[in-house]
Amino acid sequence: MLGKLSWDAIPFGQPIPMAASLFIVLGVLVVLVLVTWKGWWPYLWREWLTSVDHKRIGVMYVLLALVLLLRGFIDAIMMRTQLAVAAGGAQGYLPPEHYDQIFSAHGTIMIFFMAMPFMVGLMNFVVPLQLGVRDVAFPVLNAISFWLTASGALLVNISLVVGEFARTGWLAYPPLSELQFSPGVGVDYYLWALQISGIGTLLAGINMVTTILKLRAPGMTYMRMPVFCWTALTSSMLIVAAFPILTATFGMLLLDRYVGMHFFTNDGGGNFMMYINLIWAWGHPEVYILVLPAFGIFSEVIATFAGKALFGYRSMVLATLAICVLSFMVWLHHFFTMGAGADVNAVFGIMSMIIAIPTGVKLFNWLFTLYRGRLRFEVPLLWAIGFMVTFVVGGLTGVLMAVPPADFVLHNSLFLVAHFHNVIIGAVVFGAMAGYYYWFPKAFGFTLDKRLGAVSFWCWLIGFYLAFTPLYVLGLLGMTRRMQHYAEPSWQPYLIVAEVGALIILGGIVATIAQLVVSIRTRERRRDLTGDPWNARTLEWSTASPPPAYNFAVLPQVESLDAFWAMKQRGLRAPAEEYESIEMPRNSPNGFVTAFFAVVTGFAMIWHIWWMAILGLTCAVLTLLAFGWMERVEDQVSGEQLAEAERARLRPMDAA
Amino acid sequence: MSAHAATAQLAGAPPTTAENTAGSGGGPAPVRIVVAYGFWIFLLSDIIMFSALFATYAVLSGQTAGGPSGRELFQLRHVGVETLCLLFSSYTCGLGFLAIERRRMGGFYVSFALTFVLGATFLGLEISEFAGMIARGAGPSRSAFLSAFFSLVGLHGIHVSAGLLWLTFMTLQAAAKGPRDFVRRRLLCFSLFWHALDIIWVALMSLVYLIGAR
Repeated sequence: MLGKLSWDAIPFGQPIPMAASLFIVLGVLVVLVLVTWKGWWPYLWREWLTSVDHKRIGVMYVLLALVLLLRGFIDAIMMRTQLAVAAGGAQGYLPPEHYDQIFSAHGTIMIFFMAMPFMVGLMNFVVPLQLGVRDVAFPVLNAISFWLTASGALLVNISLVVGEFARTGWLAYPPLSELQFSPGVGVDYYLWALQISGIGTLLAGINMVTTILKLRAPGMTYMRMPVFCWTALTSSMLIVAAFPILTATFGMLLLDRYVGMHFFTNDGGGNFMMYINLIWAWGHPEVYILVLPAFGIFSEVIATFAGKALFGYRSMVLATLAICVLSFMVWLHHFFTMGAGADVNAVFGIMSMIIAIPTGVKLFNWLFTLYRGRLRFEVPLLWAIGFMVTFVVGGLTGVLMAVPPADFVLHNSLFLVAHFHNVIIGAVVFGAMAGYYYWFPKAFGFTLDKRLGAVSFWCWLIGFYLAFTPLYVLGLLGMTRRMQHYAEPSWQPYLIVAEVGALIILGGIVATIAQLVVSIRTRERRRDLTGDPWNARTLEWSTASPPPAYNFAVLPQVESLDAFWAMKQRGLRAPAEEYESIEMPRNSPNGFVTAFFAVVTGFAMIWHIWWMAILGLTCAVLTLLAFGWMERVEDQVSGEQLAEAERARLRPMDAA
Repeated sequence: MSAHAATAQLAGAPPTTAENTAGSGGGPAPVRIVVAYGFWIFLLSDIIMFSALFATYAVLSGQTAGGPSGRELFQLRHVGVETLCLLFSSYTCGLGFLAIERRRMGGFYVSFALTFVLGATFLGLEISEFAGMIARGAGPSRSAFLSAFFSLVGLHGIHVSAGLLWLTFMTLQAAAKGPRDFVRRRLLCFSLFWHALDIIWVALMSLVYLIGAR
């Protein structure tokens, strides 16, 4: 009746997982009770859960990312604490099977459910505004994408309470992840969570590509698009081209595990290196899916706070496109040790080094933009400068590891761990934090606290170097990754320093939370009435903060790059004479309901509850069919309503 | 819309100036263009998913683990009939789409019924082929080659099944709501999907059956 599910799945005997489970269950209960008690359900349902507004969906993506940043960071600090004490003969406080789940969950959550939703969320929020249009190409699909991503995140967190998570590392290499060596439900949680969220990400990518290529304000030619739109376009194209590979690869591993096929098994002619090749054919582009939008954010932030047009716009666009193409030609550098031979390794090594060239072009463009700019050291610019320094270090260690002989020494060592944290924290997380602070007033209509923002930045920057520089040294000393304890006592001091670094990063996270609380409390005196708190250059700042559901009462007419800056120079402020009525998509519970059934199906598949899986899948298909039967109804916003709203928006500005 | 305009739009000729300049600075493109464009991108992603399975099949096709190889299992006559069914079903699908663009519901129903019959025949033939192989002890868990074969061909078969479901659904929708804009937009997507399955099948027939049966 319930497949493999029984009371044994609840970790009663293990104190740490049990405490974590209780904490999560309690947290969820408190939130549910609070929402019910305050009577917030109708509001939540109407304004958020069924919303198809790209801004609301973007905000929910970022919220999801911030919550899972906490979860992933708790994993990180548990690992650092374990390694700070488990030296010599000591075993630390985490048994190996638990430690293995923690590093697997940390990687999975941070990449798929922190970095991805953060970037997709910022793209969702910003891109239609920057393009000067009213929504993405497929608003309902956008909601489905978000809710599928959230479903995956939910499944990963259910694994903490019911059953276990994978012990295989964040990419679940076979043959370890095959049924023979991982008979538990951990790998199944991993696979189904990522299959479901992966479909969401793919649909989000398709939506974003279509939006950017087909929906732009009049006059917004390709070479007038803000750089963030370019990076969102390339990142989304990479999603469309790479995520299907991930779906196929996980599909094959699922077939191996569920029906005894032989894709990646040791016996039956299977070839597990095929998995490693396929997963990195997705995995390397994935790195650029994350980092390209971050480059876009920094381009916006640097141009805004230097008070100058971005230096070398065309070269920036070309460099972005070059990285987009090159990212598909380097996957083998993740496993030079496979033994493909010197020729193959040399080709992939050289291709990997070549990526440093367009990236270098970008760095010089940012430097030249800052040069002789009128710098305003607002928080986003701090993140941008911290990024430029940190990312260069990460890039250099990357080029070093692109040399195959060096990689043979450093492969799977902590040097590698330090390298990819160096680029992912240094670029993606710093970029996400810069974007969060930069666009927060646009989303909510008030600015964030500057002082706490600076505290957060300095904690992250200092904490990052303390936490990861020792890992470079340890890697060179020969410490491999994913060790639960180690015999070599001379490594311990480095790992204690790394632990201190992690604690300082914790300070940064606490500062970010405090910043949010303080800013909400003092929001009345932080109101942004102009819609343009940073004296910025692109179209999202030309509308109100927060923007109305329709973004722009009249679609802006774009005549140059940095369209809003040009409008400000010309002094265009007056409201239009007449407003034409517009149509806006109506809310739809499609995404939420479909995702609910996706969770049911995923959970049932993980636990081999076949009747429930069939039921869940049938309901999901029926939901899609039911919504596919209806004609989409659009809500009308009349010209009078628009005129009234515009007058209300411009009144305080005229008074000022 | 006149028959001429419908054909012009089918051929990709933009009927209005707004569409003419869309994408090069003339403002947002009309819904029909946006929907078809997005669906094309979805189809590209679907083809990439297939390409991952094609690559795996290419690597694993020789790994029979002592079991039967393609030469012993594949029957080209059988595959030839399947191919004919699928290619002709695309032709009838195209005719049906043209019919509804010209508001000829009778022609639409006949063409789509034929499409369904041809697609279902294809599927039936594929299932009988699979069943025969499994009965011979050449099921998907016999060897890496057979795992890759069943998954690649089976994924295409699942797409055809989904296509048949969608076809039925859209025929009912067209019957209930008539040839309205949004119905024809959805039919355009279905038609693109059905043709894409042909493209994949042609690659599949060449790379799996024709090469494998040698």
